[in-house]
Amino acid sequence: MARVVILGAGVAGHTAASFAKKWLGDEHDVVVVTPNSNWNWIPSNIWVGVGEMTKDEVVFPLAPVYEKVGIDYRQAKAVSIHPEGKEDSDTPFVTIEYTGQNRVGQTEELTYDYLINATGPKLNFDATPGLGNGNGQLGEHTVSVCTADHAIHASEELNKCIEKMKQGQKQVIVVGMGHGMCTCQGAAFEYIFNIEHKLKEQDVREKAELIFLTNESFLGDFGMGGMHIKMGGYAASSKIFAESLYAERDIEWVLGAHTTKVEEGKIHYKTLDGDTDEQEYDFAMLIPPFAGVGLKAYAKDGSDITDKLFAPNGFMKVDADYTPKPYEEWKASDWPKTLQNPDYKNIFAAGIAFAPPHTISKPMKAPDGTPITPTPPRTGMPSAMMGKAVTASICDMILTGATEPTHTACMSEMGAACVASAGKSLVNGTAAAMTVYPIVPDYEKYPGTGRDINGTTGEIGLAAHWVKHILHHVFIYKAKMLPGWTLIPE
Amino acid sequence: MSYKHVEHIDPYTPKSGAMVPLGVQKFLRTCLLWQAVRFAVINVRMTILILKSHH
Repeated sequence: MARVVILGAGVAGHTAASFAKKWLGDEHDVVVVTPNSNWNWIPSNIWVGVGEMTKDEVVFPLAPVYEKVGIDYRQAKAVSIHPEGKEDSDTPFVTIEYTGQNRVGQTEELTYDYLINATGPKLNFDATPGLGNGNGQLGEHTVSVCTADHAIHASEELNKCIEKMKQGQKQVIVVGMGHGMCTCQGAAFEYIFNIEHKLKEQDVREKAELIFLTNESFLGDFGMGGMHIKMGGYAASSKIFAESLYAERDIEWVLGAHTTKVEEGKIHYKTLDGDTDEQEYDFAMLIPPFAGVGLKAYAKDGSDITDKLFAPNGFMKVDADYTPKPYEEWKASDWPKTLQNPDYKNIFAAGIAFAPPHTISKPMKAPDGTPITPTPPRTGMPSAMMGKAVTASICDMILTGATEPTHTACMSEMGAACVASAGKSLVNGTAAAMTVYPIVPDYEKYPGTGRDINGTTGEIGLAAHWVKHILHHVFIYKAKMLPGWTLIPE
Repeated sequence: MSYKHVEHIDPYTPKSGAMVPLGVQKFLRTCLLWQAVRFAVINVRMTILILKSHH
Protein backbone atom coordinates (compact mmCIF):
# COMPACT_ATOMS: atom_id res chain seq x y z
CA MET A 1 0.00 0.00 0.00
CA ALA A 2 1.32 3.43 -1.01
CA ARG A 3 0.48 6.74 0.58
CA VAL A 4 0.10 9.87 -1.55
CA VAL A 5 0.13 13.08 0.46
CA ILE A 6 -1.17 16.23 -1.16
CA LEU A 7 -0.37 19.59 0.37
CA GLY A 8 -3.17 22.03 -0.43
CA ALA A 9 -6.78 21.69 -1.54
CA GLY A 10 -7.16 24.50 -4.02
CA VAL A 11 -7.74 23.94 -7.71
CA ALA A 12 -4.50 21.94 -8.21
CA GLY A 13 -4.52 20.07 -4.90
CA HIS A 14 -8.20 19.18 -4.91
CA THR A 15 -8.03 18.02 -8.53
CA ALA A 16 -5.00 15.89 -7.66
CA ALA A 17 -6.73 14.38 -4.61
CA SER A 18 -9.93 13.64 -6.51
CA PHE A 19 -8.18 11.77 -9.30
CA ALA A 20 -5.73 10.05 -6.98
CA LYS A 21 -8.64 8.54 -5.06
CA LYS A 22 -10.49 7.59 -8.23
CA TRP A 23 -7.46 5.90 -9.81
CA LEU A 24 -5.91 4.35 -6.71
CA GLY A 25 -9.12 3.23 -5.02
CA ASP A 26 -9.04 1.94 -1.47
CA GLU A 27 -5.86 -0.06 -2.00
CA HIS A 28 -3.77 3.02 -1.32
CA ASP A 29 -3.98 6.04 0.97
CA VAL A 30 -4.71 9.52 -0.33
CA VAL A 31 -4.13 12.20 2.29
CA VAL A 32 -4.91 15.90 1.88
CA VAL A 33 -3.30 18.44 4.17
CA THR A 34 -4.79 21.92 4.01
CA PRO A 35 -5.22 24.62 6.66
CA ASN A 36 -8.60 25.52 5.16
CA SER A 37 -11.92 23.95 6.01
CA ASN A 38 -13.60 25.10 2.79
CA TRP A 39 -13.04 24.75 -0.92
CA ASN A 40 -13.42 28.07 -2.74
CA TRP A 41 -14.27 28.64 -6.41
CA ILE A 42 -12.01 31.68 -6.52
CA PRO A 43 -13.07 33.10 -9.93
CA SER A 44 -16.52 33.87 -8.49
CA ASN A 45 -15.02 35.84 -5.58
CA ILE A 46 -15.24 38.75 -8.01
CA TRP A 47 -19.03 38.54 -7.83
CA VAL A 48 -18.90 38.30 -4.03
CA GLY A 49 -16.76 41.44 -4.06
CA VAL A 50 -19.55 43.44 -5.68
CA GLY A 51 -22.36 41.88 -3.66
CA GLU A 52 -23.70 39.74 -6.51
CA MET A 53 -23.02 36.47 -4.67
CA THR A 54 -22.77 35.33 -1.08
CA LYS A 55 -19.88 33.45 0.44
CA ASP A 56 -22.02 30.32 0.64
CA GLU A 57 -22.39 30.32 -3.12
CA VAL A 58 -18.63 30.15 -3.73
CA VAL A 59 -17.41 27.83 -0.95
CA PHE A 60 -18.33 24.42 0.45
CA PRO A 61 -16.92 22.38 3.37
CA LEU A 62 -14.22 19.90 2.35
CA ALA A 63 -14.66 17.42 5.20
CA PRO A 64 -17.96 15.82 4.08
CA VAL A 65 -16.73 15.47 0.49
CA TYR A 66 -13.50 13.79 1.53
CA GLU A 67 -15.31 11.58 4.03
CA LYS A 68 -17.75 10.47 1.31
CA VAL A 69 -15.03 9.35 -1.10
CA GLY A 70 -12.54 8.09 1.48
CA ILE A 71 -9.83 10.72 1.28
CA ASP A 72 -7.92 11.19 4.55
CA TYR A 73 -8.36 14.91 5.30
CA ARG A 74 -6.10 16.73 7.73
CA GLN A 75 -6.99 20.33 8.47
CA ALA A 76 -3.44 21.40 9.04
CA LYS A 77 -0.65 23.41 7.50
CA ALA A 78 2.52 21.78 6.28
CA VAL A 79 5.55 23.09 8.11
CA SER A 80 8.48 21.13 6.71
CA ILE A 81 9.40 18.39 4.26
CA HIS A 82 11.89 15.67 5.21
CA PRO A 83 12.47 13.88 1.89
CA GLU A 84 15.21 11.60 3.28
CA GLY A 85 13.40 10.72 6.49
CA LYS A 86 15.28 11.13 9.75
CA GLU A 87 18.22 9.53 11.50
CA ASP A 88 16.37 6.38 12.58
CA SER A 89 14.16 6.01 9.51
CA ASP A 90 14.51 6.33 5.74
CA THR A 91 10.80 6.98 5.23
CA PRO A 92 10.17 10.52 3.98
CA PHE A 93 7.66 12.60 5.87
CA VAL A 94 6.14 16.04 6.24
CA THR A 95 5.63 17.79 9.52
CA ILE A 96 2.18 19.29 9.81
CA GLU A 97 0.54 21.57 12.35
CA TYR A 98 -3.22 21.29 12.81
CA THR A 99 -5.45 24.33 12.34
CA GLY A 100 -8.74 22.54 13.05
CA GLN A 101 -10.41 19.19 13.78
CA ASN A 102 -10.10 19.97 17.51
CA ARG A 103 -6.32 19.59 17.29
CA VAL A 104 -5.28 23.22 16.79
CA GLY A 105 -1.56 23.67 17.37
CA GLN A 106 -0.77 19.94 17.53
CA THR A 107 2.02 18.75 15.26
CA GLU A 108 2.41 15.40 13.54
CA GLU A 109 4.89 13.64 11.28
CA LEU A 110 3.04 12.35 8.23
CA THR A 111 4.94 9.81 6.16
CA TYR A 112 4.51 9.59 2.40
CA ASP A 113 5.51 7.56 -0.62
CA TYR A 114 4.64 10.34 -3.02
CA LEU A 115 4.18 14.01 -2.24
CA ILE A 116 2.34 16.63 -4.29
CA ASN A 117 3.04 20.19 -3.27
CA ALA A 118 -0.03 22.19 -4.28
CA THR A 119 -0.09 24.70 -1.47
CA GLY A 120 -0.87 27.66 -3.67
CA PRO A 121 0.66 30.99 -2.73
CA LYS A 122 1.18 32.98 0.39
CA LEU A 123 -0.63 36.28 -0.14
CA ASN A 124 2.38 38.45 0.60
CA PHE A 125 0.59 41.62 1.70
CA ASP A 126 3.52 42.71 3.86
CA ALA A 127 5.79 43.02 0.82
CA THR A 128 4.33 46.51 0.43
CA PRO A 129 4.28 48.78 3.48
CA GLY A 130 0.69 49.55 4.41
CA LEU A 131 -0.81 46.87 2.18
CA GLY A 132 -0.46 44.30 4.95
CA ASN A 133 -1.02 44.56 8.67
CA GLY A 134 2.53 43.53 9.59
CA ASN A 135 1.40 40.01 10.49
CA GLY A 136 1.02 38.74 6.97
CA GLN A 137 -2.65 39.61 6.69
CA LEU A 138 -4.54 42.21 4.69
CA GLY A 139 -4.05 45.69 6.15
CA GLU A 140 -6.68 48.22 7.09
CA HIS A 141 -6.34 50.62 4.14
CA THR A 142 -7.31 48.55 1.13
CA VAL A 143 -9.47 45.56 0.25
CA SER A 144 -8.81 42.31 -1.62
CA VAL A 145 -10.84 39.67 -3.46
CA CYS A 146 -8.28 36.88 -3.06
CA THR A 147 -10.41 34.96 -0.57
CA ALA A 148 -14.17 34.76 -0.07
CA ASP A 149 -13.88 36.58 3.27
CA HIS A 150 -11.78 39.31 1.68
CA ALA A 151 -14.39 39.65 -1.05
CA ILE A 152 -17.20 40.08 1.48
CA HIS A 153 -15.22 42.85 3.14
CA ALA A 154 -14.60 44.43 -0.27
CA SER A 155 -18.31 44.41 -1.04
CA GLU A 156 -19.13 46.06 2.29
CA GLU A 157 -16.58 48.81 1.70
CA LEU A 158 -17.78 49.32 -1.87
CA ASN A 159 -21.34 49.71 -0.64
CA LYS A 160 -20.21 52.44 1.78
CA CYS A 161 -18.66 54.22 -1.18
CA ILE A 162 -21.84 53.88 -3.21
CA GLU A 163 -23.88 55.35 -0.37
CA LYS A 164 -21.60 58.39 -0.34
CA MET A 165 -22.03 58.75 -4.10
CA LYS A 166 -25.80 58.62 -3.67
CA GLN A 167 -25.43 61.52 -1.26
CA GLY A 168 -23.65 63.46 -3.98
CA GLN A 169 -20.01 62.90 -3.02
CA LYS A 170 -17.42 62.15 -5.68
CA GLN A 171 -15.37 59.02 -5.02
CA VAL A 172 -12.07 57.81 -6.44
CA ILE A 173 -11.89 54.05 -6.90
CA VAL A 174 -8.52 52.41 -7.57
CA VAL A 175 -8.17 48.76 -8.57
CA GLY A 176 -4.95 47.04 -9.48
CA MET A 177 -1.65 45.70 -8.29
CA GLY A 178 -0.21 46.22 -4.83
CA HIS A 179 3.38 45.55 -5.91
CA GLY A 180 5.58 45.62 -8.99
CA MET A 181 5.87 41.82 -9.10
CA CYS A 182 2.21 40.88 -8.86
CA THR A 183 0.30 38.41 -10.99
CA CYS A 184 -3.47 37.93 -11.47
CA GLN A 185 -3.99 41.11 -13.51
CA GLY A 186 -7.04 39.36 -14.95
CA ALA A 187 -8.76 39.32 -11.56
CA ALA A 188 -8.24 43.06 -11.10
CA PHE A 189 -9.34 43.62 -14.71
CA GLU A 190 -12.58 41.74 -14.05
CA TYR A 191 -13.18 43.39 -10.68
CA ILE A 192 -12.95 46.96 -11.99
CA PHE A 193 -15.39 46.13 -14.80
CA ASN A 194 -17.81 44.65 -12.28
CA ILE A 195 -17.52 47.75 -10.11
CA GLU A 196 -18.16 49.96 -13.13
CA HIS A 197 -21.21 47.87 -14.02
CA LYS A 198 -22.54 48.06 -10.46
CA LEU A 199 -22.08 51.84 -10.33
CA LYS A 200 -24.13 52.14 -13.52
CA GLU A 201 -26.83 49.91 -12.06
CA GLN A 202 -26.91 52.08 -8.95
CA ASP A 203 -27.07 55.20 -11.15
CA VAL A 204 -23.96 56.76 -9.60
CA ARG A 205 -21.38 56.12 -12.33
CA GLU A 206 -20.84 59.84 -12.96
CA LYS A 207 -19.86 60.31 -9.31
CA ALA A 208 -16.89 57.94 -9.57
CA GLU A 209 -13.43 58.25 -11.02
CA LEU A 210 -12.17 54.76 -11.83
CA ILE A 211 -8.43 54.11 -12.08
CA PHE A 212 -6.63 50.88 -12.96
CA LEU A 213 -3.14 50.82 -11.43
CA THR A 214 -1.04 48.06 -12.94
CA ASN A 215 2.50 46.75 -13.11
CA GLU A 216 1.95 45.77 -16.74
CA SER A 217 3.96 47.84 -19.21
CA PHE A 218 0.89 47.82 -21.47
CA LEU A 219 -2.76 46.98 -20.88
CA GLY A 220 -3.44 43.41 -21.91
CA ASP A 221 -0.03 42.04 -20.91
CA PHE A 222 -1.78 39.81 -18.33
CA GLY A 223 1.59 38.45 -17.17
CA MET A 224 1.88 36.56 -20.46
CA GLY A 225 3.68 39.22 -22.44
CA GLY A 226 0.34 40.00 -24.05
CA MET A 227 -0.97 38.00 -26.98
CA HIS A 228 -2.18 38.47 -30.49
CA ILE A 229 -5.85 37.75 -31.00
CA LYS A 230 -7.53 36.85 -34.25
CA MET A 231 -9.93 39.75 -34.72
CA GLY A 232 -11.60 41.18 -37.82
CA GLY A 233 -9.11 39.64 -40.20
CA TYR A 234 -6.14 40.86 -38.18
CA ALA A 235 -3.82 39.40 -35.58
CA ALA A 236 -4.49 42.23 -33.13
CA SER A 237 -2.53 42.84 -29.94
CA SER A 238 -4.30 42.25 -26.65
CA LYS A 239 -3.26 45.85 -25.93
CA ILE A 240 -5.83 47.02 -28.47
CA PHE A 241 -8.43 44.64 -27.07
CA ALA A 242 -7.88 45.73 -23.45
CA GLU A 243 -7.53 49.45 -24.11
CA SER A 244 -10.82 49.38 -25.97
CA LEU A 245 -12.56 47.86 -22.95
CA TYR A 246 -11.16 50.49 -20.59
CA ALA A 247 -11.80 53.41 -22.92
CA GLU A 248 -15.37 52.30 -23.55
CA ARG A 249 -16.00 52.29 -19.81
CA ASP A 250 -14.15 55.56 -19.19
CA ILE A 251 -11.62 53.94 -16.88
CA GLU A 252 -8.21 55.63 -16.56
CA TRP A 253 -5.06 53.54 -16.36
CA VAL A 254 -1.59 53.87 -14.88
CA LEU A 255 0.99 51.54 -16.41
CA GLY A 256 4.29 50.08 -15.20
CA ALA A 257 3.55 50.96 -11.59
CA HIS A 258 5.17 49.51 -8.48
CA THR A 259 3.17 50.36 -5.36
CA THR A 260 5.75 51.40 -2.78
CA LYS A 261 3.50 52.31 0.14
CA VAL A 262 -0.17 52.47 1.03
CA GLU A 263 -1.61 54.93 3.52
CA GLU A 264 -5.18 55.77 4.40
CA GLY A 265 -6.53 57.41 1.26
CA LYS A 266 -3.20 57.51 -0.57
CA ILE A 267 -1.18 55.07 -2.70
CA HIS A 268 2.48 55.84 -3.36
CA TYR A 269 4.01 54.31 -6.47
CA LYS A 270 6.94 54.52 -8.82
CA THR A 271 6.82 53.79 -12.51
CA LEU A 272 9.07 52.23 -15.13
CA ASP A 273 10.14 55.67 -16.35
CA GLY A 274 11.40 56.53 -12.87
CA ASP A 275 8.62 58.87 -11.78
CA THR A 276 7.29 58.66 -8.26
CA ASP A 277 3.72 59.68 -7.71
CA GLU A 278 0.75 59.43 -5.36
CA GLN A 279 -2.82 58.47 -6.05
CA GLU A 280 -5.53 59.48 -3.63
CA TYR A 281 -8.44 57.09 -3.28
CA ASP A 282 -11.65 56.47 -1.40
CA PHE A 283 -11.79 52.75 -2.21
CA ALA A 284 -8.87 50.61 -3.34
CA MET A 285 -8.62 46.92 -4.18
CA LEU A 286 -4.98 46.01 -4.63
CA ILE A 287 -3.82 42.45 -5.34
CA PRO A 288 -0.84 41.40 -3.21
CA PRO A 289 2.25 39.75 -4.66
CA PHE A 290 2.49 35.98 -4.26
CA ALA A 291 5.27 34.04 -2.53
CA GLY A 292 5.76 30.44 -1.51
CA VAL A 293 4.06 29.48 1.74
CA GLY A 294 7.38 29.23 3.57
CA LEU A 295 7.82 25.45 3.75
CA LYS A 296 11.21 24.36 5.07
CA ALA A 297 13.07 21.21 4.04
CA TYR A 298 15.52 19.13 6.05
CA ALA A 299 17.97 16.36 5.15
CA LYS A 300 18.29 13.09 7.04
CA ASP A 301 20.87 14.59 9.38
CA GLY A 302 18.60 17.52 10.15
CA SER A 303 20.50 20.04 8.05
CA ASP A 304 18.47 22.68 6.24
CA ILE A 305 18.05 21.88 2.53
CA THR A 306 15.28 24.38 1.84
CA ASP A 307 17.30 25.98 -0.95
CA LYS A 308 17.67 22.56 -2.60
CA LEU A 309 13.90 22.05 -2.86
CA PHE A 310 12.74 25.61 -3.19
CA ALA A 311 13.64 28.69 -5.21
CA PRO A 312 14.40 31.90 -3.25
CA ASN A 313 10.77 33.04 -3.71
CA GLY A 314 9.60 29.94 -1.83
CA PHE A 315 8.19 28.06 -4.82
CA MET A 316 9.26 24.46 -5.40
CA LYS A 317 11.92 23.59 -7.95
CA VAL A 318 10.77 21.16 -10.61
CA ASP A 319 12.05 20.03 -14.01
CA ALA A 320 12.38 23.55 -15.42
CA ASP A 321 15.57 25.08 -16.81
CA TYR A 322 16.44 27.58 -14.09
CA THR A 323 19.69 28.71 -15.75
CA PRO A 324 19.67 32.53 -15.64
CA LYS A 325 19.61 33.92 -19.16
CA PRO A 326 18.49 37.09 -20.91
CA TYR A 327 14.96 37.50 -22.22
CA GLU A 328 16.14 37.13 -25.81
CA GLU A 329 17.33 33.58 -25.06
CA TRP A 330 14.20 32.37 -23.30
CA LYS A 331 12.57 29.35 -24.86
CA ALA A 332 9.33 27.47 -24.44
CA SER A 333 11.43 24.45 -23.46
CA ASP A 334 12.59 26.27 -20.31
CA TRP A 335 9.21 25.47 -18.77
CA PRO A 336 8.69 22.29 -16.74
CA LYS A 337 6.84 19.35 -18.25
CA THR A 338 6.49 16.65 -15.60
CA LEU A 339 6.62 18.98 -12.55
CA GLN A 340 8.82 16.45 -10.78
CA ASN A 341 11.47 17.66 -8.37
CA PRO A 342 14.89 16.91 -9.91
CA ASP A 343 16.48 15.71 -6.63
CA TYR A 344 13.62 13.79 -5.06
CA LYS A 345 11.72 11.84 -7.70
CA ASN A 346 8.72 11.16 -5.45
CA ILE A 347 8.00 14.87 -4.98
CA PHE A 348 5.97 16.89 -7.48
CA ALA A 349 4.56 20.41 -7.49
CA ALA A 350 1.39 21.67 -9.18
CA GLY A 351 -0.35 24.98 -9.65
CA ILE A 352 1.10 28.14 -8.18
CA ALA A 353 3.40 26.12 -5.91
CA PHE A 354 5.95 25.29 -8.65
CA ALA A 355 8.78 27.71 -9.35
CA PRO A 356 8.59 29.13 -12.89
CA PRO A 357 11.97 29.34 -14.68
CA HIS A 358 11.39 33.05 -15.30
CA THR A 359 8.55 35.41 -16.04
CA ILE A 360 6.66 35.24 -19.32
CA SER A 361 6.47 39.02 -19.67
CA LYS A 362 9.70 40.78 -20.58
CA PRO A 363 11.51 41.75 -17.36
CA MET A 364 11.58 45.49 -16.83
CA LYS A 365 13.07 47.74 -14.19
CA ALA A 366 12.69 51.31 -13.04
CA PRO A 367 15.85 53.41 -13.48
CA ASP A 368 16.76 52.75 -9.84
CA GLY A 369 16.71 48.99 -10.53
CA THR A 370 13.32 48.21 -8.99
CA PRO A 371 11.86 45.29 -10.96
CA ILE A 372 8.39 46.03 -12.30
CA THR A 373 7.22 42.97 -14.20
CA PRO A 374 4.04 40.92 -14.00
CA THR A 375 4.78 37.40 -12.80
CA PRO A 376 3.36 34.38 -14.64
CA PRO A 377 -0.30 33.51 -14.12
CA ARG A 378 -0.78 29.82 -13.28
CA THR A 379 -4.15 29.68 -11.62
CA GLY A 380 -7.41 28.04 -12.68
CA MET A 381 -7.33 25.84 -15.75
CA PRO A 382 -3.53 25.35 -15.88
CA SER A 383 -3.49 24.49 -12.17
CA ALA A 384 -6.15 21.83 -12.60
CA MET A 385 -4.34 20.31 -15.58
CA MET A 386 -1.10 20.19 -13.61
CA GLY A 387 -2.84 18.58 -10.65
CA LYS A 388 -4.32 15.89 -12.89
CA ALA A 389 -1.09 15.26 -14.82
CA VAL A 390 1.16 14.79 -11.79
CA THR A 391 -1.45 12.52 -10.22
CA ALA A 392 -1.63 10.43 -13.39
CA SER A 393 2.17 10.06 -13.34
CA ILE A 394 2.20 9.06 -9.69
CA CYS A 395 -0.61 6.56 -10.16
CA ASP A 396 1.31 4.97 -13.05
CA MET A 397 4.39 4.77 -10.83
CA ILE A 398 2.37 3.06 -8.10
CA LEU A 399 0.17 0.82 -10.22
CA THR A 400 2.40 -0.10 -13.16
CA GLY A 401 5.85 0.42 -11.72
CA ALA A 402 6.69 3.25 -14.13
CA THR A 403 10.07 4.68 -13.21
CA GLU A 404 9.58 8.06 -14.86
CA PRO A 405 6.58 10.40 -14.99
CA THR A 406 4.20 9.33 -17.73
CA HIS A 407 2.22 12.55 -18.09
CA THR A 408 3.12 16.17 -18.69
CA ALA A 409 1.45 19.52 -18.13
CA CYS A 410 3.72 22.15 -19.60
CA MET A 411 2.58 25.77 -19.76
CA SER A 412 4.19 26.10 -23.17
CA GLU A 413 2.08 23.19 -24.42
CA MET A 414 -1.26 23.99 -22.80
CA GLY A 415 -3.83 26.68 -23.27
CA ALA A 416 -6.00 28.65 -20.91
CA ALA A 417 -9.45 30.11 -21.05
CA CYS A 418 -10.43 33.23 -19.16
CA VAL A 419 -13.87 34.75 -18.83
CA ALA A 420 -13.96 38.23 -17.34
CA SER A 421 -17.48 39.30 -16.52
CA ALA A 422 -18.99 42.75 -16.19
CA GLY A 423 -22.00 42.12 -14.03
CA LYS A 424 -23.78 38.84 -13.48
CA SER A 425 -26.98 39.21 -15.44
CA LEU A 426 -27.98 36.67 -18.09
CA VAL A 427 -29.59 39.34 -20.26
CA ASN A 428 -27.45 42.44 -19.90
CA GLY A 429 -23.83 43.34 -19.33
CA THR A 430 -21.01 41.99 -21.44
CA ALA A 431 -18.12 39.76 -20.53
CA ALA A 432 -14.81 39.21 -22.27
CA ALA A 433 -14.08 35.60 -23.21
CA MET A 434 -10.45 34.94 -24.02
CA THR A 435 -8.52 31.84 -24.95
CA VAL A 436 -4.78 31.58 -25.33
CA TYR A 437 -2.74 28.71 -26.73
CA PRO A 438 -0.14 28.11 -25.53
CA ILE A 439 0.14 30.13 -22.33
CA VAL A 440 3.89 30.52 -22.72
CA PRO A 441 4.66 31.67 -26.26
CA ASP A 442 6.64 29.26 -28.41
CA TYR A 443 8.33 31.26 -31.15
CA GLU A 444 9.92 28.17 -32.68
CA LYS A 445 6.63 26.36 -33.15
CA TYR A 446 4.56 29.47 -33.87
CA PRO A 447 6.89 32.00 -35.52
CA GLY A 448 5.56 35.52 -35.41
CA THR A 449 3.09 35.81 -32.56
CA GLY A 450 4.44 32.83 -30.60
CA ARG A 451 0.98 31.35 -30.33
CA ASP A 452 -1.57 29.48 -32.38
CA ILE A 453 -3.62 32.32 -33.81
CA ASN A 454 -6.65 30.03 -34.21
CA GLY A 455 -6.51 29.15 -30.52
CA THR A 456 -5.82 32.64 -29.23
CA THR A 457 -9.03 34.57 -29.29
CA GLY A 458 -10.99 37.26 -27.52
CA GLU A 459 -14.52 38.47 -27.84
CA ILE A 460 -16.96 40.55 -25.89
CA GLY A 461 -20.59 39.72 -25.38
CA LEU A 462 -23.38 38.36 -23.28
CA ALA A 463 -22.53 34.78 -24.27
CA ALA A 464 -19.41 34.98 -22.15
CA HIS A 465 -21.65 35.74 -19.14
CA TRP A 466 -23.49 32.51 -19.79
CA VAL A 467 -20.18 30.68 -20.01
CA LYS A 468 -19.06 32.20 -16.71
CA HIS A 469 -22.29 31.08 -15.02
CA ILE A 470 -21.90 27.57 -16.40
CA LEU A 471 -18.26 27.38 -15.29
CA HIS A 472 -19.27 28.48 -11.78
CA HIS A 473 -21.89 25.75 -11.35
CA VAL A 474 -20.09 23.01 -13.26
CA PHE A 475 -16.77 23.37 -11.44
CA ILE A 476 -18.39 23.49 -8.02
CA TYR A 477 -20.35 20.36 -8.99
CA LYS A 478 -17.13 18.71 -10.09
CA ALA A 479 -15.27 19.75 -6.96
CA LYS A 480 -18.02 18.22 -4.83
CA MET A 481 -17.34 14.95 -6.71
CA LEU A 482 -21.01 14.46 -7.46
CA PRO A 483 -22.12 11.76 -9.93
CA GLY A 484 -20.41 12.11 -13.31
CA TRP A 485 -17.79 14.57 -12.07
CA THR A 486 -15.05 12.95 -14.13
CA LEU A 487 -16.91 13.79 -17.34
CA ILE A 488 -16.29 17.49 -16.71
CA PRO A 489 -12.92 18.44 -18.17
CA GLU A 490 -10.34 20.52 -16.35
CA MET B 1 -27.38 61.22 -35.04
CA SER B 2 -26.02 60.65 -31.57
CA TYR B 3 -22.28 60.27 -30.93
CA LYS B 4 -22.72 59.61 -27.23
CA HIS B 5 -20.61 56.47 -27.34
CA VAL B 6 -17.48 58.49 -28.10
CA GLU B 7 -18.16 61.63 -26.08
CA HIS B 8 -15.66 60.80 -23.33
CA ILE B 9 -12.67 60.26 -25.62
CA ASP B 10 -10.45 63.30 -25.26
CA PRO B 11 -7.79 63.81 -27.91
CA TYR B 12 -4.13 63.33 -26.99
CA THR B 13 -4.97 61.14 -24.01
CA PRO B 14 -4.10 57.45 -23.70
CA LYS B 15 -7.75 56.63 -24.29
CA SER B 16 -7.78 58.47 -27.60
CA GLY B 17 -5.64 55.70 -29.07
CA ALA B 18 -8.15 52.99 -28.22
CA MET B 19 -10.78 51.39 -30.43
CA VAL B 20 -14.29 52.23 -29.33
CA PRO B 21 -17.21 50.04 -30.38
CA LEU B 22 -19.99 51.64 -32.38
CA GLY B 23 -23.68 50.90 -32.55
CA VAL B 24 -23.81 47.65 -34.49
CA GLN B 25 -20.99 46.10 -32.48
CA LYS B 26 -22.69 47.09 -29.22
CA PHE B 27 -26.02 45.75 -30.41
CA LEU B 28 -24.52 42.40 -31.34
CA ARG B 29 -22.91 42.05 -27.93
CA THR B 30 -26.31 41.76 -26.28
CA CYS B 31 -28.39 40.44 -29.21
CA LEU B 32 -29.70 37.13 -27.85
CA LEU B 33 -29.83 35.39 -31.22
CA TRP B 34 -26.28 36.36 -32.18
CA GLN B 35 -25.01 35.62 -28.70
CA ALA B 36 -26.54 32.14 -28.82
CA VAL B 37 -24.38 31.51 -31.88
CA ARG B 38 -21.32 32.98 -30.15
CA PHE B 39 -22.06 30.84 -27.08
CA ALA B 40 -21.82 27.73 -29.22
CA VAL B 41 -18.64 28.99 -30.85
CA ILE B 42 -16.98 29.82 -27.50
CA ASN B 43 -17.84 26.37 -26.16
CA VAL B 44 -16.43 24.61 -29.21
CA ARG B 45 -13.33 26.78 -29.01
CA MET B 46 -12.78 26.02 -25.34
CA THR B 47 -13.37 22.30 -25.88
CA ILE B 48 -10.71 22.22 -28.61
CA LEU B 49 -8.37 24.14 -26.31
CA ILE B 50 -8.87 21.61 -23.52
CA LEU B 51 -8.36 18.64 -25.85
CA LYS B 52 -5.12 20.15 -27.18
CA SER B 53 -3.85 20.88 -23.67
CA HIS B 54 -4.03 17.43 -22.10
CA HIS B 55 -0.94 15.30 -22.69
